Amino acid sequence: MAARSFLEDGSRRMTDLTLSSQAIAGKTAPPGEARALRFPTQWLGVTPFFIFAIMFLILPTLYLMLGAFQNDAGEFTLDNIFALSQAHIVAAYWISIKVSLASSLIGAFAGLAIAIAIVRGGLPNWIRSATLTFSGVASNFAGVPLAFAFIATLGRLGLVTVLLNTLVGLNLYAHGFNLLSFWGLTLTYVYFQIPLMVVIIVPAIDGLKKEWGEAAATLGATQSQYWRMVVIPVLWPSFLGTVILLFANAFGAIATAYALTGSSLNIVPILLYAQIRGDVLHNAHLGYAIAFGMIFITGLANIFYIWFRTRSERWLK
Amino acid sequence: MKAGKFWAWIVFILGAAYFFIPLIATIEFSLRMRRGVYSFDAYKVVLGDSQFQTTFMYSVIVAVFTILLGVLIVVPTAYWIRLRLPQLRPVVEFITLLPLVIPAIVIVFGYIRMYGSNSPLPFLSNNTATNALLVIGYAALALPYMYRAVDTGLRTIDVRTLTEAAQILGAGWGTIVTRVILPNVLIAVLSGAFLTFAIVIGEFTMASLLNRPAFGPYLQNLVANRAYEPAALSIIAFVITWGCMSLIQVLSRFAPKSANRPN
Repeated sequence: MAARSFLEDGSRRMTDLTLSSQAIAGKTAPPGEARALRFPTQWLGVTPFFIFAIMFLILPTLYLMLGAFQNDAGEFTLDNIFALSQAHIVAAYWISIKVSLASSLIGAFAGLAIAIAIVRGGLPNWIRSATLTFSGVASNFAGVPLAFAFIATLGRLGLVTVLLNTLVGLNLYAHGFNLLSFWGLTLTYVYFQIPLMVVIIVPAIDGLKKEWGEAAATLGATQSQYWRMVVIPVLWPSFLGTVILLFANAFGAIATAYALTGSSLNIVPILLYAQIRGDVLHNAHLGYAIAFGMIFITGLANIFYIWFRTRSERWLK
Repeated sequence: MKAGKFWAWIVFILGAAYFFIPLIATIEFSLRMRRGVYSFDAYKVVLGDSQFQTTFMYSVIVAVFTILLGVLIVVPTAYWIRLRLPQLRPVVEFITLLPLVIPAIVIVFGYIRMYGSNSPLPFLSNNTATNALLVIGYAALALPYMYRAVDTGLRTIDVRTLTEAAQILGAGWGTIVTRVILPNVLIAVLSGAFLTFAIVIGEFTMASLLNRPAFGPYLQNLVANRAYEPAALSIIAFVITWGCMSLIQVLSRFAPKSANRPN
């Protein structure tokens, strides 16, 4: 560690030497002046990035967040935040949180099971690489195509609905199933949540060192003790962190739900979409407040994510 | 571990069923346009639709510009952070993660309010400027993926030695970035580019709220009005995503395997 930082220092000094000798060779400025000039150029290299980030990520978001606490005259107020307590807005947040939570938990456990199966289950090697490639595809397969795939599968005239009805005589819709409902949306979201979990958690499972299993066996641990006392505690932070990432992922998604349900299932992003499109709430600041609520919830989730990730990385070095 | 292997197969088969049945159902549905027989009519109708062609071309062009903008912003920044400003790394990484925290709909809502026609920077006042704003928004959405890809690529090469060697040979910063660093991380940049492409091509929220004639809103509109064409388009979209991901996989085989420097 110390040796490496020493080496880095050494090479950094070498770079400095190169630069100052260049400055002398160019005879443009004496070394002292070059040093004074170099400080701003250091920061010049990252200026475009920061200008981009401030103008197109941070300021627009801040603008909405500040707007959430202002009235039309620009005075400070909490009215917009209180206005979020209207029944239909609370209902929208509630259903969004429920769908995101359910789809992230189901996606996480199913994804973990698949990841363990392909990494540790002794399946042929090609299954592992095929699953990982497919997961890369499916985790990006959202929006209209995904919604339509589920309509074709579990809609009123979907393949599975019709097959179950004709072959087994089970009419899903007579039993209260509806694709345009909480469970329908959750089941659809799971389609991109599971692959995302697989993509993120497989490296973590790979990071479980063989030596740990051998050490546990040497100390006389049974297989279940090894899992309970070694594997789960090590995987736990990255698992929980990924659940939170999946939650945020589902919470901000709109295209899938919009294509699937139109506006019959009022989740928060659809509510906000309608608000921006038609200003149906007749109050721009209420829109800001809805946006603020979304950022607040995903932000909170991501603070936990960053915290868990730094904890889990300690073990995966 | 016979039992373990058995359960692994069960889990894998259940998972495969969940993922493949919707695809099969969509394919089956897309072939049913002509009554009684399977045909590719829906695909013919879709591919022949002039609106499909214009919106798809529009999205492809937007994707290309997004990739260019993303590379222009990310490559110099990631390079410079590695070379000179490692103390800024946590800040930059935090910023590149922001688009995962802030939903796309919130970002675009902010754009609409901040860059409206009577603001100091009226991006929404004419078509060209709005197209530019869409490209910028997509570049912001793709930032986490692009930055991660490029940074991983830079990790596998010795940035400092390459830079010093180029400097000794008299290269300026522009030459170093475009002719030394970029070719060395080209494969990483390309994998970031394909991921960006996959995200941009069917994106709905931003394109729709900025009123752009893109592929995502066209798809959304089609679902509401047609039966068989959306199924065909879903399959086409899936194949495009699949193509992008496979290209990333193929490219990553060419990427340098061993890191010269472990950090």
